Amino acid sequence: MTDQDPKPGVSEDKPEKAEVKKEPKAKYQYDGKTPPLHIFLHWCKACNICIAFCPHKVLEPDRDGKPILAHPEKCTQCAMCWLHCPDFAITSTYK
Amino acid sequence: MNNNNNKARLLQGNEACVQGALYAGAEFFAGYPITPSTEVAEGMSRELPKVGGKFIQMEDEIASMAAIIGASNAGCKSMTATSGPGFSLMQENIGYAYITETPCVIINVQRGGPSTGLPTKIAQSDIMQARWGTHGDYTAVVLAPSTVKECFEEVVRAFNLAERFRTPVVVLTDEVLGHMREMMEIPEPGEINVIRRHKPDVPHDWYKHFEITPSFVSSMASFGEGYRYNVTGLIHDQEGFPTANPVEIKEKLDKLRLKIDRFADEIYKIRTDMMDDAHIAILSFGTVSRSARQAIKMARDKRIKIGAIQLLTLWPFPDAKLREMLSGVRKVIVAELNMGQLVNEVKRIAPRHTEVHELQRYDGEVMAPQQILDKIREVK
Amino acid sequence: MDKIAHGSDVTHHYLRPKKKFPNVWCAGCGNGIVMGALIRSIDRLNLDKDKVVVVSGIGCSSRMPVYLDFNTLHTTHGRALAFATGVKVAKPDLKVIVITGDGDALAIGGNHFIHACRRNIDITTILINNKIYGMTGGQFAPTTPGGSFATTAPYGNYEKQFDAVKLAIGSGASYVSRGTVYHVQQLEKLIEGGLNKRGFSLVDVYSNCHTYYGRFNKEGDAVKMLEWFKKHAMPIEAARKLPPEKMVDKFVTGLIHETDATEFCQEYDMLLDRLGVKKEVAK
Repeated sequence: MTDQDPKPGVSEDKPEKAEVKKEPKAKYQYDGKTPPLHIFLHWCKACNICIAFCPHKVLEPDRDGKPILAHPEKCTQCAMCWLHCPDFAITSTYK
Repeated sequence: MNNNNNKARLLQGNEACVQGALYAGAEFFAGYPITPSTEVAEGMSRELPKVGGKFIQMEDEIASMAAIIGASNAGCKSMTATSGPGFSLMQENIGYAYITETPCVIINVQRGGPSTGLPTKIAQSDIMQARWGTHGDYTAVVLAPSTVKECFEEVVRAFNLAERFRTPVVVLTDEVLGHMREMMEIPEPGEINVIRRHKPDVPHDWYKHFEITPSFVSSMASFGEGYRYNVTGLIHDQEGFPTANPVEIKEKLDKLRLKIDRFADEIYKIRTDMMDDAHIAILSFGTVSRSARQAIKMARDKRIKIGAIQLLTLWPFPDAKLREMLSGVRKVIVAELNMGQLVNEVKRIAPRHTEVHELQRYDGEVMAPQQILDKIREVK
Repeated sequence: MDKIAHGSDVTHHYLRPKKKFPNVWCAGCGNGIVMGALIRSIDRLNLDKDKVVVVSGIGCSSRMPVYLDFNTLHTTHGRALAFATGVKVAKPDLKVIVITGDGDALAIGGNHFIHACRRNIDITTILINNKIYGMTGGQFAPTTPGGSFATTAPYGNYEKQFDAVKLAIGSGASYVSRGTVYHVQQLEKLIEGGLNKRGFSLVDVYSNCHTYYGRFNKEGDAVKMLEWFKKHAMPIEAARKLPPEKMVDKFVTGLIHETDATEFCQEYDMLLDRLGVKKEVAK
């Protein structure tokens, strides 16, 4: 339990470092076809949390404020977006 | 069951309530001590564990009522007992039991009120509170025994009505009845029919926790049985989800009323003594009915044609039945230990030619038979 | 980390398909974040949906159970723990979770809160603490910081505050923790630990009400308030090593207190054993 707690000085929006420490398998790489994330626009309320907290600016707001997958190639599956979505409107199937 | 070879036992009214609950299959009791009901909680704390039931003394009456509703939804027959101030505290959650159609039994051993009132003295002033204590529209079922044996029988009947109609049922006793001791025989198991809530007979996905059926009573699954339903105090649709739709709102509130009203005949219970040729009737409930039965004997000795009517079911009030009974008498005396709660109901339904007289006592003392006799002589 | 990534698409499996989504909360409300964390923790523990009972009181956070595909009980204001106690004592094999708010649990429900802690009854309580009464439009709560504004504190709040964690520890709870809606992974661990713990578990979750608290006190929108949590949280392991001056504008997070004590249903079972009574068969 303790090694998953945010350590002092390490903020949660730098998960790349954390991933390398714990995950022995290959990092996620966008294959050009399968979107890294699913967005359910009907459930999204345009709260802006996913867009603001994405460390790689993968998401950008459309004219309603809801996220568009603008740069899927930059996604590292850090999980910041869907962990913090209050409406389950953005998810990932990356295992 | 705690039944010593069916011999007659000397039981206190409160103890008879405990025995009645056990006979009816009570599995859960949550309560808080308050005079004059404490013996019910004490009795349940001793007896329930012996039969594998659950007893918990909660931190207050509000929590007690909440706990018995939670336990009932988890599948247990549950009960609590209290008196005036505690009954007042319970009202919000009693309303919750009404709207969520949760079966449970609440014993109110009445004492003088309002407020702290008279903890060790008798009164019958919670009749209207038992009917209307909590806010909103709902239909109450309230029973009132007058002897220790009736305490036992009415608590069993309360459980049966609660389970059958999926409703809270209030049993009104009082301080004198709760603490007096009389001989009674506890019936053998099976002598009195004991029923349990109807379980669903549909697949899990089809289950509606508040389904409107021909009897308006829905079957009731328990938590943990695979029917993952929602219960809420907000007005809800048949599946238990909150609604703001006027049609569904009216349907829900109508359901609460119709499920009782349409079968009220099976809930009414009235005892009559010497009414066949009576010109005058004494109408009462609870302890006062004991005095009334004595008073009419004394009056008959003086050749007054008089009879006694005792209401064992106070609510729903037996409008039509009582009107019929009163149509044969010229005068009715409504005797109660309060400042006039039952009498207004009687006035509401009495036939035009029947005079309604009041006999009230609210000084913490029982109504003596002589007092009733004096009133009879006064009005005849 | 594996299971978390897997859990993302699994959350929908735990939502009631008959309920309308999107949910009733404001855009960006932390309640939704907590709901996700709760679902993923339950999924990770492989709990049987039929045996989970979620009980709540009244308030924004208490609107959560209706969305969840478990046995759900939405009760009266402040009384969730009393109802939950009845459920748990009646059927101890059910997993009982209480969702409540700072007003629901610490104001009107304060009495039931301390007694549930005292009994150490096996209920996991998630107290979503947004420091305000959201549902009724923004009145101050027992947790609203001094000097903050609310509709019933128009000149600034001059009352003192409860610390839910200290209250729970003082009352006898055996697992007391605090998380935030920013530190979601930590929150999931704390909830998992609470669910696993046999005894009264509290997770005090700092959450954002940007609609009222944030607006009245100029703390910004959802994103800004989450960033505030990120900046001012201090995990307990680090906090223990820091001098008080460094902790002035920080609050402690993590598993703050854990003990082993007998639990209420356990004691009752021991009583039945002493009396030589068979445990009742679940009906």
